[in-house]
Amino acid sequence: MSALTQQPAPASPLLEVRDLKMHYPGAGGWFKPRRKVIQAVDGVTFNVARGETLALVGESGCGKTTTGKSVLRLIQPTSGSVKLEGEEILALTPEQMRNRRRDMQIIFQDPYASLNPRMTAGDIVGEPLRNYPMPGGRARVDELAWLFGKVGLRAEAMKKFPHEFSGGQRQRLGIARALALRPKLIVCDEPVSALDVSVQAQVINLLMDLQQEMGIAYLFVAHDLAVVRHISHRVAVMYLGRIVEVADRDTLFSQPRHPYTEILLSAVPVPNPHKPAQRKLLQGDPPSPANPPSGCRFHTRCPLAQPICRETQPPLTERPVASATGQQWVACHFR
Amino acid sequence: MALSPATAVAPGDVLLEVDNLRTYFDTVSGTVRSVDGVSYQVQAGRTLGVVGESGCGKSVTALSILRLVPTPPGRFAGGQIRYRGTDLLSLTEKQMRQIRGNRISMIFQEPMTSLNPVLTVGRQIAETVMVHQKLGRRDAYRRAEEMLRLVQIAEPERRVHEYPYQLSGGMRQRVMIALALACNPEVLIADEPTTALDVTIQAQIIDLLRNLQKTLGMGIVLITHDLGVVAECCDRVAVMYAGRKVEEASVTELFDNPLHPYTRALMGSMPSMNASTQRLAEIPGMVPAPSELGKGCSFAPRCTYATERCRVDAPALASQGADHVVACHEVARVAAQPALQALSSPAHPAALNGVQA
Repeated sequence: MSALTQQPAPASPLLEVRDLKMHYPGAGGWFKPRRKVIQAVDGVTFNVARGETLALVGESGCGKTTTGKSVLRLIQPTSGSVKLEGEEILALTPEQMRNRRRDMQIIFQDPYASLNPRMTAGDIVGEPLRNYPMPGGRARVDELAWLFGKVGLRAEAMKKFPHEFSGGQRQRLGIARALALRPKLIVCDEPVSALDVSVQAQVINLLMDLQQEMGIAYLFVAHDLAVVRHISHRVAVMYLGRIVEVADRDTLFSQPRHPYTEILLSAVPVPNPHKPAQRKLLQGDPPSPANPPSGCRFHTRCPLAQPICRETQPPLTERPVASATGQQWVACHFR
Repeated sequence: MALSPATAVAPGDVLLEVDNLRTYFDTVSGTVRSVDGVSYQVQAGRTLGVVGESGCGKSVTALSILRLVPTPPGRFAGGQIRYRGTDLLSLTEKQMRQIRGNRISMIFQEPMTSLNPVLTVGRQIAETVMVHQKLGRRDAYRRAEEMLRLVQIAEPERRVHEYPYQLSGGMRQRVMIALALACNPEVLIADEPTTALDVTIQAQIIDLLRNLQKTLGMGIVLITHDLGVVAECCDRVAVMYAGRKVEEASVTELFDNPLHPYTRALMGSMPSMNASTQRLAEIPGMVPAPSELGKGCSFAPRCTYATERCRVDAPALASQGADHVVACHEVARVAAQPALQALSSPAHPAALNGVQA
């Protein structure tokens, strides 16, 4: 990895998310008129710099996908602020938003469900180009051929339909489609978790190469910590709708501070039979986001919990780190 | 009845032998050799890991053991599956039912789709016990509650009356384990038991399986694609590719000295939790569709060591040192190259420290 991507330009961040909240009305209905609110995302704040990869990690139901979709306004968040290059996204009119979407694209998890089976690969990848004033005809065909080449597919593949591709190739199509408008930010929602291990490596390498070359920033939503460790510059750990820790990659994996981060990291099986796992097991299941614990949301399962954790929510505050370039923000009363 | 009575076994005794099994599927576009001459043994109190990517035949082998492969289109084209000397393929369906779920049982990957949504979990466990152990309804429910307690489900007396939708994914997988173990089977086949689960829940389930094996002494076949899970749980590992076993060794031997190019490639392509940030080793191409396998080694088209011979002549499994078999013509050349360093270097201390409680 070059020094360029290691230290992204500090100037102004590409994406600023402030106190983002997404509260869904919970299951109500005929017999239960009083609806409970599901706090899927509850006050999330982070930045993504140009050309940087920020990973959002956490277990299922922690709100990481909801955060990713809110950033693109694919769902309208309840409150908060999302700024792309300083412009407030959540206040844009639909027409303004449509133009802004050129800068922000998404790659979905399931390469089988996210491509229209009745469209050819060329039409799928070219569709974003048709939605915006772009050269047509010959120039568009050249553009498509370039995109196919970029993601490692042959130009002849344009005439094929999605079912003729393997899982890894379909994910390449999804990547090509996201690249078509040369976005500044791509939200990658678990882009490799549906792929076989050997194919996963190809797609991870492709994503990293494209970032190097085109300076795209990724908001990388994932639950596989080994993949995250490989691809990210910074990592944000979410638990039950809130960020509990944000740090640069090396600090997070070598000096995790939040007890949840520690447990999460220790749970990853290590492919080394000589190292018997010494892990702390997390007891029970995560609480429901419809009825989250008071104070620090992790206090019901935290080995360090004290009475204060039940009462006061710890703010995300910066902590000193050993390395000069590192940074670490933690939401915990004791760490 | 050909089945021998369940007698005490010592750890290490061979319970189950899969011997040169061939399971083919006859389809419109030709015969698909999903399992093409696979052999392995399951020992009491030990765990055999079966590793491979989707379509390599690891699940079909497991389904064949329990004779759950639909026939047609499936067909057993050769080989034997011996459970304590009895060839399971020669049993009648009625005899097979006494084995299935009783002596040999299985945990599936998808805990939601493999539990019956309209029956309480207690009923599902009790039913198994009533059928196989001839217990009465009340005793069977008591047994169900005991099993739920064994798999560490909180408040088993309440949960026993709940339906699968009321349980979380981790709890459902625990119910699956309780269901599989209710009749004290000697062999447990776990097909990707943690793949659908979060990593912290996966750690709980792995821990549970290991403790249960210690107390109950069953032999486990653990089917997975996660080499981390293999390193932690298994005593032996069989690596499969395109319907064949390409390598088998003890877990330490396999990780210290992987000899098949596919095993090495698989290890190299995994992003690791270690500090290394170099490019991942890609395996070019993709897993071949079982219907388009040629004559030679099925890995040859993706193998960096492949020669002309590999493309025409499929290599047989050959012994490489004590307790290590590999199917590769070029094994000498592969062995001369050092295996990947990333895997043998110690894991990052942070991943092992845990929380100082």
